[in-house]
Amino acid sequence: MSTSSKLRSWRGLGPAVFSLAAAALLAGGAVCAAPASAAADSAPGKFAGVGRAATPAEVAAWDIDVRPDFKGLPAGKGTVQAGADLWEGKCASCHGSFGESNEVFTPIAGGTTADDIKTGRVAALAGNTQPQRTTLMKVSTVSTLWDYVHRAMPWDAPKSLSTDEVYSVVAYILNLGEIVPSDFELSDKNIAEVQALMPNRNGMTTDHGMWRVDGKPDTRNTACMKDCVKEVKISSRLPDYARNAHGDIAAQNRVIGPVRGADTLGPPLAGKAGENAGPVRAHAWSTLALADAAKPGGAPGAEAPAAGAPAGAAAPDLAGARIVSATTCAGCHAVDRKMVGPGYRDIAAKYKDQAGAGEMLIQKIRKGGAGAWGPIPMPPNPAISDTDLKTVVDWILSGAPAAN
Amino acid sequence: MASPTRTGRLQRAPENFISPELAGDIARHGLDEARRGFLRNSFKAAGAALAAGAGTAAWAQNAAGAGDQMILEPRPWTTSLGKPVAAAPYGMPSRFEANLQRRESPGLTRVSAASVAFAPLQGFFGIITPNGLHFERHHQGWFDVDPSQHRFMVNGMVKQPRVYTMDDLMRLPSVSRIHFIECGANTGPEWGNAAVPTVQYTHGMLSCCEFTGVPLSVLLDDCGADLVKGKYVLAEGADGSSMTRTIPMEMALDDVMVAWGMNGEMLRPENGYPLRLVVPGVQGVSWVKWLRRIEVGDQPWNAKDETIHYVDLMPGGLHRQYTSIQECKSVITTPSGGQVLLDKGFYNVSGLAWSGRGKIKQVDVSFDGGRNWRTARLETPVLSKSLTRFNIDWTWDGSPVILQSRAMDETGYVQPRYGQLREVRGSRSIYHNNAIQSWKVAESGEVSNVHVE
Repeated sequence: MSTSSKLRSWRGLGPAVFSLAAAALLAGGAVCAAPASAAADSAPGKFAGVGRAATPAEVAAWDIDVRPDFKGLPAGKGTVQAGADLWEGKCASCHGSFGESNEVFTPIAGGTTADDIKTGRVAALAGNTQPQRTTLMKVSTVSTLWDYVHRAMPWDAPKSLSTDEVYSVVAYILNLGEIVPSDFELSDKNIAEVQALMPNRNGMTTDHGMWRVDGKPDTRNTACMKDCVKEVKISSRLPDYARNAHGDIAAQNRVIGPVRGADTLGPPLAGKAGENAGPVRAHAWSTLALADAAKPGGAPGAEAPAAGAPAGAAAPDLAGARIVSATTCAGCHAVDRKMVGPGYRDIAAKYKDQAGAGEMLIQKIRKGGAGAWGPIPMPPNPAISDTDLKTVVDWILSGAPAAN
Repeated sequence: MASPTRTGRLQRAPENFISPELAGDIARHGLDEARRGFLRNSFKAAGAALAAGAGTAAWAQNAAGAGDQMILEPRPWTTSLGKPVAAAPYGMPSRFEANLQRRESPGLTRVSAASVAFAPLQGFFGIITPNGLHFERHHQGWFDVDPSQHRFMVNGMVKQPRVYTMDDLMRLPSVSRIHFIECGANTGPEWGNAAVPTVQYTHGMLSCCEFTGVPLSVLLDDCGADLVKGKYVLAEGADGSSMTRTIPMEMALDDVMVAWGMNGEMLRPENGYPLRLVVPGVQGVSWVKWLRRIEVGDQPWNAKDETIHYVDLMPGGLHRQYTSIQECKSVITTPSGGQVLLDKGFYNVSGLAWSGRGKIKQVDVSFDGGRNWRTARLETPVLSKSLTRFNIDWTWDGSPVILQSRAMDETGYVQPRYGQLREVRGSRSIYHNNAIQSWKVAESGEVSNVHVE
């Protein structure tokens, strides 16, 4: 039997096999058993009983990649206008209405010119004239935009766009870069013509030694051992104001051994190392914040606290904090500052004394809304459970306490 | 402050148990009975302060008086019953180690689901990264994927596209190999200038584990991959981003693994449980997590992370694409930025070296900012495309110094200085910064991150 006829005969079996698998699932079985195990016999591999032939439907379901030569691109079409509508509802909250936002991700559009479209090289990349390198400044192939929007967007609901919706969103992005006009309809028929207009289509090179293990390096240092440089010049150091930018480094180092972390919440140490050892050791030890461990001979039976959690103080209820940090909320909201949306503590400050605020916030998170904090709309959140939603709102209105 | 004069038998008393005046007095006049009396009183006072929770520990290795209280006074763990077995069924580090954690670098990314948590290299020994401290980098958040629902597919230019369950894969002939994984953007913030304070943030997108899995070549063979026309493979993840990366076929056939094991246990969810690609010597982005598919093809795919990210901007405005190999690099981890040396005297200077092109051949260390170099000891094992631990003796005289390490791999390539790297690649490349790292040690004992051209 040829491979294709094997596949055909297998396909006839498909539905029955699948329903058997479904029955096994309902009966409480796990889904380890490959649903199409019947095919294993018809296309054995080199290891008896291991693996099976993939069905055409399975390959089609997963083989979604689109290459620069458009292999893998499904037929379809979408207009800039349809893309603009989709964008406002599904993309603008992270990327801004015109793909210009630098709040959550680096901007998508900007930095390309009509001249770049002619040359296929983005001049701003050489001139370093743009504060940010946008997507359209870098991307060399339109297939990449299509493939990525299709496989990974929207951020919190990847692969939810239909084929035509992907064409529409890509058309809108191209229009933001003035690569196509606002009345353009992108399709599998004309996408190759669009490729010829991509602003950075000639901006990539593989002429370097870092793709292959035997590639040729581009620097040539030598293992000089004596008098290798005339003058040792420090060209850069951290500015004093950045000393505490990464918190207390003492709390990020082991508290025994040859060294300790520096107390970076205080000024740099003066004097000589030996003189500083006492306070440095004492401060390092204090960062553990283990009440019993601070005393020699402290109770050995004390339980280890959760890593990083301060011991001693009554722990605030952080269930809400865990939910928001583990869900899509974190994409737009932070505890103590504005991101795309308001900070949780700002929300608490605004509503905490208001009657019915809890119920109002529950509705707002569930259904989405706009206007209270600025023009960027809050998308609806149908997936969060009622219990989690209430926990989150209670946590917000309690002032959004953080773990540290 | 106390004079740094040596204080005879009296070793460091860092908690200020002893007043500077008394210490100086003893240094000048030796330890007579009257002064011993003062010392005993100091200990009593210190003990009282500690009992009151003053917050210091028993660091003094103090042999004054009858001797060290940590020896003379039995400790509670010596004189009472300890905990039973399996009190912690999955063992955790000592609570005294709680400071060593993965951490985000403030301001580096804005969205925690598309961010990175750096490994605390400053606290590691040897070459193996503990699983809980392996660096994390996700593109669209992480999942704890149900392994019973996970499938792995090979398709494209193969005789027979095939599907494997985890049960299938784990029946196959497996290999276990130790390899480093380094993000292509490791040390990226440092391209232009010194930007972050510690080795955790300069080099912490680096880990090294023993991985267990099946060679990809075995699976490609099982599916009858076309090795004549099939020049590349595409690896794809099962997460929301469905990350894709192109890998040249010669690499895929050489030492790439489809792995489930990590340091003797299954992969951690943050590292791709239950299945990830291991691409030795190549930047981490190609080690696709939650691996669901390998496709064989005849052209590169130009995926998002091959043309929008993970491309290296050169001075003329061209981007180098498919810069994959992590070139030879090293860094001193002890002492390193943000640490404080507690006194002058002897230190074992220790660090890590690695190369995506093979084994480490030699590591040299400079204590004078790169003027002169001494060759360090390489600890075993020295493995291909793995971290290698180096150590070198050093007696610090207490004066300001600049420490550097410089690695050479078995191809003879020598890790570049910043000046050499920037001369070729400018300072906006973001990716693949393998320059020699400099740590400045101040007289105060504080170590800081500096750049030396």
